[in-house]
Amino acid sequence: MNVKILGAFAAVALLAACSDNTAATAGNGASAAAAGIVPGSQEDLVANVGDRVFYDLNKSSLKTDGKATLDRQAAWLAKYAQNNVQIAGNCDERGTEEYNIALGQRRAAASRDYLVAKGVAATRITTISYGKDRPTALGSNEAAYAQNRNAITSVR
Amino acid sequence: MTQPIIPAEPLVDLNGVTLSRRGLAVGAAALFLPNRLYAQTPGQDTAIVVDRARTDPIPVAIPGFVGADGESQRLGSDIASVITNNLARSGLFRAIDPAAFIGQTTGDVPNFANWKGIGAQALVTGKVENQGGTKVRVEFRLWDVLPGQQIQGTAYSTETANWRRIAHIISDVIYERLLGEKGYFDTRVVYIAGTGPRDRRVKRLAIMDQDGENNRFLTDGTWIAKSPRFHPTRDQIAFMSYANNKPRVYLFDLASGRQQPLGDFAAMTLSPRFAPDGNSVIMSQTTPGGNADIYTIDLGSRQARRLTDSGSIDVSPCYSPDGTQITFNSDRGGDQQIYVMNADGSGVKRISFGKGRYGTPVWSPRGDLIAFTRLSDATFAIGVMRPDGSGERILSESFYVEGPTFAPNGRVIMFWRETPARDARGTGFSARLVSIDITGFNERQMTTPTDASEPAWGPLLA
Repeated sequence: MNVKILGAFAAVALLAACSDNTAATAGNGASAAAAGIVPGSQEDLVANVGDRVFYDLNKSSLKTDGKATLDRQAAWLAKYAQNNVQIAGNCDERGTEEYNIALGQRRAAASRDYLVAKGVAATRITTISYGKDRPTALGSNEAAYAQNRNAITSVR
Repeated sequence: MTQPIIPAEPLVDLNGVTLSRRGLAVGAAALFLPNRLYAQTPGQDTAIVVDRARTDPIPVAIPGFVGADGESQRLGSDIASVITNNLARSGLFRAIDPAAFIGQTTGDVPNFANWKGIGAQALVTGKVENQGGTKVRVEFRLWDVLPGQQIQGTAYSTETANWRRIAHIISDVIYERLLGEKGYFDTRVVYIAGTGPRDRRVKRLAIMDQDGENNRFLTDGTWIAKSPRFHPTRDQIAFMSYANNKPRVYLFDLASGRQQPLGDFAAMTLSPRFAPDGNSVIMSQTTPGGNADIYTIDLGSRQARRLTDSGSIDVSPCYSPDGTQITFNSDRGGDQQIYVMNADGSGVKRISFGKGRYGTPVWSPRGDLIAFTRLSDATFAIGVMRPDGSGERILSESFYVEGPTFAPNGRVIMFWRETPARDARGTGFSARLVSIDITGFNERQMTTPTDASEPAWGPLLA
C-alpha cells in the first residue's frame, strides 16, 4: 500500500523531471511522452514495479517492503533481459558529506547484492552514491529525510 | 594563478625617530608596552599574549598609505582598508576609526602625540610609489606609539595587480610582530560553490583569498565536485569529482587548470587529504560490500597502500602535523565516531565519547587539538578536543554546521553552516562559510557569491 503510493509519487516526480531538459534523473532510454507507458521502460519500472527502496536513519539494511520492491525489480529484470540498471544510493541531509557518500554506496551495494542473490547478473548492475547531493524531497523535516534515505534503480 | 614571490627589503631608519632601532631583537623588546605583556620573542608565551588581546584588543591606527599621485593615493587607501579589515576580523585588534585621526599622515616619522591622543598603541604607515608601467613599490612601517619607536620597516616591489597580496603580507607582519605568532592573512581558501535547486545541485570547485576577495570558480559545474584540500606547498588541490559518473579523487593543478585522476582505482575513492610533507595523499576507497578503507597513495610512485580493513566505513582521514598519527571517522563501533591510529595503521583508538555521533576530524597545525563535527538529531556542533579525546569544547552549534578547517597558524577555524528549508520546495536553505577563533569567540560569516560549503584553508603563500 505504502509502496504503491510512493511509486505513484515517484512517477509524478519523474514526469516532471522529464519535462525539464536539465534533469539528470531520467533513464537514458526514457521517453518524455506523456502517453502510454512502454513495457520495460524506466516509466514502467517506476509506475508498475517501484524504482526505489528506503532505509532507516544511518542504516543500510533492507526492510520488508524494500525487499518486496527488489523482488519485483528482479522479476522485471528477468523479463526485460536487455535492460541494464544503475542503483544510486542516497542519504538524508543530517549527516556529514564524506560519511554520507560512503553510506549511500553501502545502501546501493545492499540493493545490488539483493538483486544478484535473486538471480540478476552482477554485470547488469552498476552502483553509484550521491551522498546527500541528489535528494528527492527538498524539505528539512523527517518526512523528507525518510524519502531521501534510499537506493534508486534506473535503466541505463 | 601561480602565486608570484614578492621581494621584500628592509627600510633604512627615518631620521628623527626618537629611539634608534638596533636590529630586530631590540625592535622586538620594544614591544613591551605599559600595562600590556607582549611577546618578547616570537613563540614565547604566545597563548598569554593572544588571550590578552582577545579580551582587550590592541588599538591600532591604519591611515591610508600616501602616494604622490591620485592613483597611488587610491591604491594606498585600498591597501590600508585591506589591512584594517584583516586585523579587525581577527578579533585581536581594534581598528581606530579614521574619523578620529588628527592631522595629515605623511608616511614619514609620525607625530606620536596625535596618535597617543586618540588611544592608538600601534600605528601603521606607508607609502605607495608608482614605478612606471605596471610596477609598484609599497613601503610600510609599524610603530609602537607610546615610546615612539619603529618596530618594523619593510618595502615590497611587485606588479600593481598583486596589491592585495602586499596588504595581506603586511597584515601578517603586523600580526606576528605584535602578537608573537605567525599570521594567516596571505592565504587562500578552496571550497565548494553550490547553485541551483537542491535536487539538481551544481557543485563547483572555487577558490578565494581568506578575506573572501578574488573569488574564482575552478570547475564549470558539469560534474559534482567535493572535498577540496590544498597541497602544503605546491599550487595543487586534491578533490573528489563525479566526472563521467565515476566519482574519484582528482588532483587539480592551479597554474594550468588541469585535473587528473589520482591512481587507477576500480571503486569509488573519496575524502582525500595531503600528508604534511606533501609526498602522498591519504583517502578512502569503497569496497564491493559497501564499506570504505583508508589508503595512502605515494605521489611519486603512485603506489597505494591500505591502512584499514575493518569491515566498516572508514573515511575523512587526516594526519597529525608531524605525520606520525592519523585521525579519521569510522562506524566500526556501530555509529560514526572519531579514531586515532599510528601512520602505519596500527594502534587504532577511539577518542570521541560524548553524546551523539562524531565526524570530520582535522588535526590542528599546532598538533594540540583535533577539531570535529558533532552530530545529533536536533543540532550539529563544531568543537575541538585533545588528540587523546580529553578536553572537548564546543565552539559553535546550530541546525547544521560541518567541516572545520584550521588556518595555518591554528588560531582560527573555518567551517560551514546550513539553514533548513522552510517548505517542500527547499525555500530558505542556505550554506555559508563561517570563521571562529579556537577559543569560541569572534564568529563571523564570510561573504561568498554563491552558497558555499566544504572549506579548506591553504598554507601561507609568502
